[in-house]
Amino acid sequence: MFKLGKSLFFGAVFLYLYLPIIVLTANSFNTSKYGIKWRGFSWKWYERLFDNDALLTAAWHSIIVAACAATFACVIGTLAAIALYRYKFRGKSLMTGSLFVMLVAPDIVIAIAFLSLFLLLGISLGFWSLLIAHITFCLPFVVVTVFARLRDMDPNLLAAAKDLGASDGLMIRKVLLPLLSPAIISGWLLAFTLSLDDVIVSTFVTGPSFEILPLKVFSLVKVGVSPEVNALSVLILLGSLTFVILSQMILKKGKR
Amino acid sequence: MGQGVLISLEGISKVYQDKVVVQDLSFTIHAGEFFTILGPSGCGKSTILKLISGLEHPEEGRLILDQEDITHLAAEKRPINTVFQSYALFPHMTVADNVAFGLKVKGVPKQEIKSRVLEALDIVRLSHLASRKPAELSGGQQQRVAIARAVVNRPKLLLLDESLSALDYKLRQEMQIELKQLQRKLGITFVYVTHDQEEALSMSDRILLMREGQIQQIGSPREIYETPNSLFSAGFIGEMNQFDGVILERKQARIYIAELMGQQCQIESTHDFAVGDQIHVLLRPEDLRLQEVPDTTKETGFVGHITERNYKGKTLDSVITLENGNQLLASEFFNEDDPDFDYAIDQKVSIDWVHGWEVVLPYEG
Amino acid sequence: MKVKGFFAVIAIAIVGSWLGLFIAVPNVLVLITSFLENDPQGFFHLQFSTAAYHQVFDPLFWRVFLHSFEMSFKAMIICLTIAFPFSYWLCQFSSKVRGWLLFLTIVPFWTNSLVRAYAIKFILGKKGLVNSTLLFIGVIDKPLKLLYSEFAVIFGLVYVLLPFMILPLYASLEKLDKNLLSAARDLGANGLQRMWYIVIPLSMPGILAGCLAVFLPAMGMFYISDLLGGAKNLLLGNLIKTEFLSTQNWPYGAAMSISLIVLMAGMLFIYYKAAQHVQKRGEFDV
Repeated sequence: MFKLGKSLFFGAVFLYLYLPIIVLTANSFNTSKYGIKWRGFSWKWYERLFDNDALLTAAWHSIIVAACAATFACVIGTLAAIALYRYKFRGKSLMTGSLFVMLVAPDIVIAIAFLSLFLLLGISLGFWSLLIAHITFCLPFVVVTVFARLRDMDPNLLAAAKDLGASDGLMIRKVLLPLLSPAIISGWLLAFTLSLDDVIVSTFVTGPSFEILPLKVFSLVKVGVSPEVNALSVLILLGSLTFVILSQMILKKGKR
Repeated sequence: MGQGVLISLEGISKVYQDKVVVQDLSFTIHAGEFFTILGPSGCGKSTILKLISGLEHPEEGRLILDQEDITHLAAEKRPINTVFQSYALFPHMTVADNVAFGLKVKGVPKQEIKSRVLEALDIVRLSHLASRKPAELSGGQQQRVAIARAVVNRPKLLLLDESLSALDYKLRQEMQIELKQLQRKLGITFVYVTHDQEEALSMSDRILLMREGQIQQIGSPREIYETPNSLFSAGFIGEMNQFDGVILERKQARIYIAELMGQQCQIESTHDFAVGDQIHVLLRPEDLRLQEVPDTTKETGFVGHITERNYKGKTLDSVITLENGNQLLASEFFNEDDPDFDYAIDQKVSIDWVHGWEVVLPYEG
Repeated sequence: MKVKGFFAVIAIAIVGSWLGLFIAVPNVLVLITSFLENDPQGFFHLQFSTAAYHQVFDPLFWRVFLHSFEMSFKAMIICLTIAFPFSYWLCQFSSKVRGWLLFLTIVPFWTNSLVRAYAIKFILGKKGLVNSTLLFIGVIDKPLKLLYSEFAVIFGLVYVLLPFMILPLYASLEKLDKNLLSAARDLGANGLQRMWYIVIPLSMPGILAGCLAVFLPAMGMFYISDLLGGAKNLLLGNLIKTEFLSTQNWPYGAAMSISLIVLMAGMLFIYYKAAQHVQKRGEFDV
């Protein structure tokens, strides 16, 4: 009896989490333009999507920003994780603290902070402002992923390398980076997904000269339900799903 | 002892994932005794403890506590408490709160809780640490908190699951004595689970020796040590020298002539043997008597050479290799007349024992 | 270990300056802005003023502020109510089943929340799943107005943020030593008492971490309100966005943001205290 109740509860929660996505996906193949009544299978909304140049440009912009932001976040984040793990220095707790605050701070707070900064520095809102903001909010996620890997690592490995006379730089290149690579790759994938999904920060730090996909989607969905948007949403979901699976697989493999 | 039966297990069986862990087990525990369940790891002894405490329920059989059937009673309703192997102290509560927990959940009035907690902590001599958290205590102190947390409820039965195994050797010795004293002082029935035969011998009133989910032997430490009922019992408790032989002649009730390694000798046994039966004769190392003999004598009987000797403080332990290659262990106490007695390696010795002290078992194959 | 070597200096310098320039400086700017005077012509006026904070507490604005706070809070409580039993029972599955269920929870955690919020329209809309089903069964004869309501906003927030509650809760419940529950049972505690005295106190850091991960983002998710809430059910994010991008009353927007940061600091403090309370090592332990 209790077991049945438990299964029903889990079923209900997963239904809640997945049903909207499933209905959305089904609808993106629906010939009918309005409502969720099924009128036959069709690819036409996807075809129409690929005729929309403005959307494709925005998608391209998003991918570029996400790839650059993820890469820079990985470089800086890995440095930060190694520094926090290996060294004692003044301001260390300040560094940990600000990364932690970034992790928990609501996006809206981060967004207006960046807007203020760019205004003060006179950076016009576009690619560069977007990139800087995205690197920064992706950073703590990379640090957490890489740091967790460092902590699980056998500390004797580094001591042994040091013992054999390796310099810091050599040791990091030959010992640390290969060991950390699964965590760095999975951190990159997570950062990429985060950047691609962001709406809140991007709303504040990009301008009309540089349109990106999530904002484009946002302006479309605000208007109402439309079949092209359904198709677009399904593609975005598929993208996220791929990245999640990839990063989970790499993380698991790295643990072994 | 001799008081009434406190708890009896009747035909208890427990199956875990298609594996029979405990099979058709029946025994009783008397009120006020220190009862030990002894056995190698995986023999089902911890399962029995869980069955008694109610954390597990048997597939078959009944549990009777004080004439009341508690087979289906939930763990939280049984007047039985456990000292867990890992102590399982609540890390977010102070020592006093840990000890008070059982009384608090039963709704005992605050004033009474306070005095009983203090009393329990006094018994284990930890009153001065009442406001500490468990993590700030040493292993031995944590152990005592776990005991206080259990006894404060005045259980009819206190279960201790390998409770000393996490402590180091010296502390374990001390705690053994302390536990035994505590049991006498409180008059609570203790059921102690261990795989350490020395611990079992030194603390228990009675020992239940288990093997693969079944009872191998049950009795006082002395009975089990002196008259083991199987090779397993004999080997599990203490060292044992084993000879295989055959019955040649039945002289009178309990007295037989047997052949052991080509030698004829007289043995005593309560078992009923027929002529030609194969037997095991078992001898404790401390029951062997060694006699130095010159190398040249054609001594009959059991002879061999000393091949190893170990000074053990109270005893001198020697390994003797017999003519046929078998090895024996002999353990002799130093006596006052000859405090420096010792053997030279390769010394030829003849071996004898106090007749009547041998253990004779039917051949087990 | 002291800082030594070229690598260490470079690494710390890069990370430190990045964090300083892009985290510390911007937030100080927001703090300063919140104490400036509003300028109807531009963003703000370089003049010290606490007017923005007065405005936050002005009854008219305070109501909207409070309503947004209330919706986020309700969403957090509902998430906790669902996620706690969910995570608790999740720990009891065999590790193989658990792996799959956990994966099914992680997927929505990382998928695009805007798109997920949009998908709710198919459930709650006039011609959505709920209304179609109810009409079909004949329970109602006219579609219910589910969208553009407080209910829809909370539904959306819970939908998007539920995984953010489940994951930290699961992490802390999974670490719970099962022996402690056996010990509590052995000492006479019933199910409710075990929950109250053992499980909840020991998973408190997880509960609070989950609340942080739901409540704070919920305050800022303006697109949920834009998509599902209509004009009357605004979140703090909508208010801040309006002040910065439309009305251009930056000091007021900044003051609201600072209020949110103060709230966050308060929650972090409570979290820190709770974590300290249940940690295994006592304060005097070396």
